[in-house]
Amino acid sequence: MTATTLPRGPAPPRGARLAGRVRDVAVLTTRNFTHIRREPLRLSDVTIQPILFTLLFVYVFGAGVTLPGGGSYTNYAIAGLLALNLTTSAIGTAVGLTTDLSSGVIDRFRSLAMWPAAVLVGRSIADLLTAVLCTAIVAIVGLIVGWSPSGPVLDIAAGFGVFLLFGYALSWGCACLGIVTGDSESAQNVGLIILFPLSFVSNALVATQHMPAVLRAIADWNPVSAVTAAARQLWHNPNPSAAIHAWPMQHPVLAAVLWSVVLLGVFAPLAAWLYGRRTTE
Amino acid sequence: MTAMMIEAEGLRKRFGATQALDGLSLAVPAGTVLGVLGPNGAGKTTAVRILTTLARPDSGSARVAGLDVVTEATEVKRNIGVTAQAATVDEVLTGRQNLVMIGRLSGLRRRDARARAVQLLERFDLTDAADRPARTYSGGMRRRLDLAAGLVMRPPVLFLDEPTTGLDPTSRVRMWNVIRGLIADGATLLLTTQYLDEADELADRIVVVDHGRSIAEGTAAELKRETGGARMEVLLTAPHPGARDALAPLVDGEIVFGEDGRHLGAPVRAAAGLTTRIVRALDDAGIEVDDVEIRQPSLDDVFFSLTGHPTEDASGSDSDPELEVTLA
Repeated sequence: MTATTLPRGPAPPRGARLAGRVRDVAVLTTRNFTHIRREPLRLSDVTIQPILFTLLFVYVFGAGVTLPGGGSYTNYAIAGLLALNLTTSAIGTAVGLTTDLSSGVIDRFRSLAMWPAAVLVGRSIADLLTAVLCTAIVAIVGLIVGWSPSGPVLDIAAGFGVFLLFGYALSWGCACLGIVTGDSESAQNVGLIILFPLSFVSNALVATQHMPAVLRAIADWNPVSAVTAAARQLWHNPNPSAAIHAWPMQHPVLAAVLWSVVLLGVFAPLAAWLYGRRTTE
Repeated sequence: MTAMMIEAEGLRKRFGATQALDGLSLAVPAGTVLGVLGPNGAGKTTAVRILTTLARPDSGSARVAGLDVVTEATEVKRNIGVTAQAATVDEVLTGRQNLVMIGRLSGLRRRDARARAVQLLERFDLTDAADRPARTYSGGMRRRLDLAAGLVMRPPVLFLDEPTTGLDPTSRVRMWNVIRGLIADGATLLLTTQYLDEADELADRIVVVDHGRSIAEGTAAELKRETGGARMEVLLTAPHPGARDALAPLVDGEIVFGEDGRHLGAPVRAAAGLTTRIVRALDDAGIEVDDVEIRQPSLDDVFFSLTGHPTEDASGSDSDPELEVTLA
């Protein structure tokens, strides 16, 4: 065999697999941020939209809603608004991935000896960081309009942590959606069809007590409700769901973490598998 | 035995009802250029995608740099540079950012990736546009950036899929010069093209592909020979009865006269000084001549004689309108 005499490119450094994967993810995360810097309006769903939603709900809905068990609607609404904003902005992951998958750049990535999953992980991390931005904006606007979390600082931080974990898990679900749908418009539309009911049939913006029985059962077991109730409990904000006997409403923090872990455990491998299938010819 | 840098055996690939590749085999010795010539839909891109590990063959096997493209795909990727037909750069990033990103994803340190990007931008005449988003580039600039993207790691094997399709003539000639530079550097190159002159211009050997199969292989000269030799076309100042006898010893077949009696043509064996001898023979017979042309067969002739149908661009500006009339 003459193979050994053929000129070859440089061999990869040994024992550098993990470091290489981390580098690939970091490079692609940076790439996604460069896109955002070039096209800042892409960020409107995590910057302008949260400000708008917060003001609309606090001042328009807040004027007419009385909470079961009393309490300030503003204090009640901020956790729900975070849930709403993070849930709907997860669509960005789907749109970003479809855009990549339908452009030639994915062939370039595939022709490099890089970690293929870095395309997905880099996307999810960039989206996690924009979710942090979204969270900060809602919190700041909330504080300005009178939101007052209380309790130990660690609990308050944990409330944000539960949201970001859930948002991260959800973005992997959206990654699957992005890979399956062919183009970014379909991804956006289908995403909204799934995520709007998911965020509205919940305790995020209204107490579930007065919903019809079926909707109420769905709402009480909806992961968005668990995450929202968890944050309200951790922030010592009004949490009417505490009076509901459904297990997730009685143990919202545990339920929120479990939901997130399950979603992540299902959707991350599924996304990797779908991505592999989509990029195999 | 020469080391084969690219070797494919009986590649088959079906997409739905289309048999894109139907048993394609080819071999490219190290340091040479193979032109894969064929019309749209002949299977050229599929072949390149299989050889560059982007697609798997249904059957058959291929080795690049001695590595199996299916079982050793990652290793193959370290040894190849690819420039696809469609642009594969990130349109939002600048040219420089694209090249640095590719260097980083290929394992270069940040500093090395930046230095390599600077070199490539300079080499491909993109320095002025280095910090503009790639989507603002012209077609020719984008192709050059794409080519540069495939060269970041100085791979020993290069695949260029229709590198000049859609470029204007100036950009095309510029691209040819860039490719000649790569050849001079000693790269092994597989180049697909629909342009016969491009294969003639750049490739050492040519494989003609049609319907997913190789239908002929050889150097441009060999392929031309296969189609037949050169042709002599003479235009006399006035019809002359002695012309046939004067030229008979020099031609390689029947002399055909045009209706006006002034045009005559015949197959000839191309040889040094042939035109001089034709003119002298006519002059010795007292015949005045306005024009003498020895025409080599073009690769268009080759393609037609092999496939029975003209190439995609046969009606384009490159082709000889007279030829089409003759063939029709």
